[in-house]
Amino acid sequence: MTRPASIVLRDPASRMDPRKGRGSLRFLAAGLVLWLACACSTEAAKIGDLVEVRWTDQARRFLTLADPAVRHACLGTVLLGVSCGLLGSFLVVRRMALLGDALSHAVLPGVALGFLWNLEKDPLVIFIGALAAGLAGSASVALITRTTRLKEDTALGMVLATFFGAGLCLMSMFQRLPTGNKSGIDTFLFGQAAALGPGDLGLMGAVAALVVVTLVVGHKEFLLVSFDPSFARVLALPTRWLERLLLLLLAFSVVSALQAVGVVLVSAMLIIPAATASLLTDRFHLMLVWSAAIGAVSGLAGAFLSFLGTRLPTGPFMVLSAGTFFGAALLFSPGNGWFPRWLRQRSHRARVARENTLKAIYQVLEAGGFSTESVPVEALAKRRRVAPAEARAEVRSLVGARFATAAGDDVLLTPTGWQRACAIVRNHRLWELYLTHAASIAPDHVHDDAEKIEHVLGEATVRELERRLPRIDVDPHGRPIPSVPSPDAAPRTAGGAGDRPMGYGGRP
Amino acid sequence: MTLVPEFQFHRVFIEPWTTELGSHGLMALVTFLVGVTCGWIGNFLILRRMALMGDAISHSVLPGIATAFLLTGSRGIGAMVLGAVGAAFTTHLLIEVISRHSRVRQDAAIGIAFSTLFAAGVVLIAVFADRVDLDQDCVLNGQLPMIPLEAPVRLGGLVLGPPPLVRLIGLWIGSWVLLLAFYKELLLSSFDPGLAACLGIPVGRVHHGLMLWLAMAVVASFEAVGAILVIALLILPGATASLLTERMVHRLAWSTVHAALSAVTGMHLSVALDCSPAGASVVAGAGWFCAAWLFSPLGGILPAWWRRRRDRREAGGG
Repeated sequence: MTRPASIVLRDPASRMDPRKGRGSLRFLAAGLVLWLACACSTEAAKIGDLVEVRWTDQARRFLTLADPAVRHACLGTVLLGVSCGLLGSFLVVRRMALLGDALSHAVLPGVALGFLWNLEKDPLVIFIGALAAGLAGSASVALITRTTRLKEDTALGMVLATFFGAGLCLMSMFQRLPTGNKSGIDTFLFGQAAALGPGDLGLMGAVAALVVVTLVVGHKEFLLVSFDPSFARVLALPTRWLERLLLLLLAFSVVSALQAVGVVLVSAMLIIPAATASLLTDRFHLMLVWSAAIGAVSGLAGAFLSFLGTRLPTGPFMVLSAGTFFGAALLFSPGNGWFPRWLRQRSHRARVARENTLKAIYQVLEAGGFSTESVPVEALAKRRRVAPAEARAEVRSLVGARFATAAGDDVLLTPTGWQRACAIVRNHRLWELYLTHAASIAPDHVHDDAEKIEHVLGEATVRELERRLPRIDVDPHGRPIPSVPSPDAAPRTAGGAGDRPMGYGGRP
Repeated sequence: MTLVPEFQFHRVFIEPWTTELGSHGLMALVTFLVGVTCGWIGNFLILRRMALMGDAISHSVLPGIATAFLLTGSRGIGAMVLGAVGAAFTTHLLIEVISRHSRVRQDAAIGIAFSTLFAAGVVLIAVFADRVDLDQDCVLNGQLPMIPLEAPVRLGGLVLGPPPLVRLIGLWIGSWVLLLAFYKELLLSSFDPGLAACLGIPVGRVHHGLMLWLAMAVVASFEAVGAILVIALLILPGATASLLTERMVHRLAWSTVHAALSAVTGMHLSVALDCSPAGASVVAGAGWFCAAWLFSPLGGILPAWWRRRRDRREAGGG
């Protein structure tokens, strides 16, 4: 069994310019590639029968796009990424990711039979054979789950493995034929973008154009069928036919991608870009765009990396690039990424801790009847029930946030700190009042709840509480509810805060 | 040379059991041992709806095995099992972490984890092709035809057989021991994890033990049938058995029968067509599944159709 032919060993006669496509995306991509190629066509090197290659040379050759095979590979992988990314989004949102896996493994016997037709690599015949096998595979899954007690996962695994095994049998039979080894049919297993011919590209372009046009035209219907099938049925949409159309398009794009990414890993190109896109956005049409873009970029990266060596298959590199994108999105996606979420949680925790310290300082001042302006750290530590060292750390955090200044062992609130302390205490006591008043909860049961909610009550909610409560001067425990002073008011002037109730932000 | 060799009864049915017993008979035996070990585990996987977990783990042991090769430079079973168990554990962890802590659901998480790991394994093998004694063909097809050629293990004066055969027999004996010792725990925690936990069975530990057993079986089958067809050996015997009977003991027995039948018919098929023995045994196994699907007295397609027809006729006559 020969290894997948590397790009440097290919027959130069088989390289032709990419044909002009009708699909707008394909046209755009071709234009971009041609422009880049013209920009640096002076680099065009004669490719001999090199066997030993340095990866730096290979990288330069790829990046200058001088070689037609490189241009084919780029165009093909971009088309593949776009069509697989678009259809994969539907699989991912409908929780059918593993159907893509089964479908893509099931095409192998079709590839082998298509090859058997005239014992050469005719893209169209292989396309038809693979399509038939893929559809037969998904039909068998449906048939097995409908007529037996077996669950879908079992049926998927069984069909996947059986079809794949049959395909391997057929392929091992070809390899005994004199032409079998030269056919390059084994590049279908793990993919070889450098072996893409003009015929393959035409097919991929046609499929990508078909996918894009169908999704643009039927975008509303497909969206509805995917997210709310029963509503779609109520609207008398032909849901079953729409689903079949999606499955057919899926089979089209899987089969057209085979030469570049390989049977074994094409399902990954369906799932990974779409799952990455779902981490980046909440809107389905944006998800489609992201998914197509990630698919295209990882396709290009896979083609590039596999080009660096002589015998490297394209598919695994493509999947690894897509996997890297997924990992990056998992960690750093602005909305859901673990790292931004961790940062948000950390800053929230820090804010809550600061607000609790401010509240404790207010309570110490209140216990002293607002006679002093500063609070000793020991009193704060006692109030917070922590060690003095911890209280000092809390004070340092307040000083860092400009809520307080420290003079020796005394803490002095700044005007903003005083304002924030009043707001927190006011939130706490208003909530206690609201619970006893509106929900008739006993006054000794409301503290814990208020302790949590005081940090998240927004201005609008506080106004609404003020509006609903008959009097807002004294809380259920008999302590005055402070008003929130304007930022320039000094703590000392707020001595009788409870005497004259005022609205949030100084509203009377 | 033609695609399908001319059919000769003697070559296909007699020779494998007489003159070729050392090669074809041995291959059938290896396939049977792999099939029965995997099939027993598969029964539990199917019950636990973890068939695709088996798929995932069978793909993702590849980078583990490749890394073990690279690090130790040998094909020692210890290093391979360690690498494969490590990879299986990593897959399990990745799937759990992705599906629990992000909005990506479990099916997509399985697909992402195992295909990325499998891709990493293929890349390792392709990049370090000169240092790893594995190639893409072996990953897909296994190396069943090579097994009879390996130097046999000798114990004293006794010739035991090629090393993979000895390992598989060891694994099968291990499976017997595990099954006899922990049958009740396995069964109960697969059918009703809540009740099992109430009765004091450590459900989590049983689960991890099953995964470990699966990883070891997958490593052993990897040598025989490659990384992808393992899923067939895991699922087909159990699925066939579940069409034929309701009781777990009977299912285990039926999956043993299925493994034996598909090993033998697969061997004959591969001799007749001169094709990959691993692929042929999977095709044969699928054929036996289809037979059970059609003829099973328990809801098979033909008996059900026959009953419906009889009922209709009786209703019409009465």
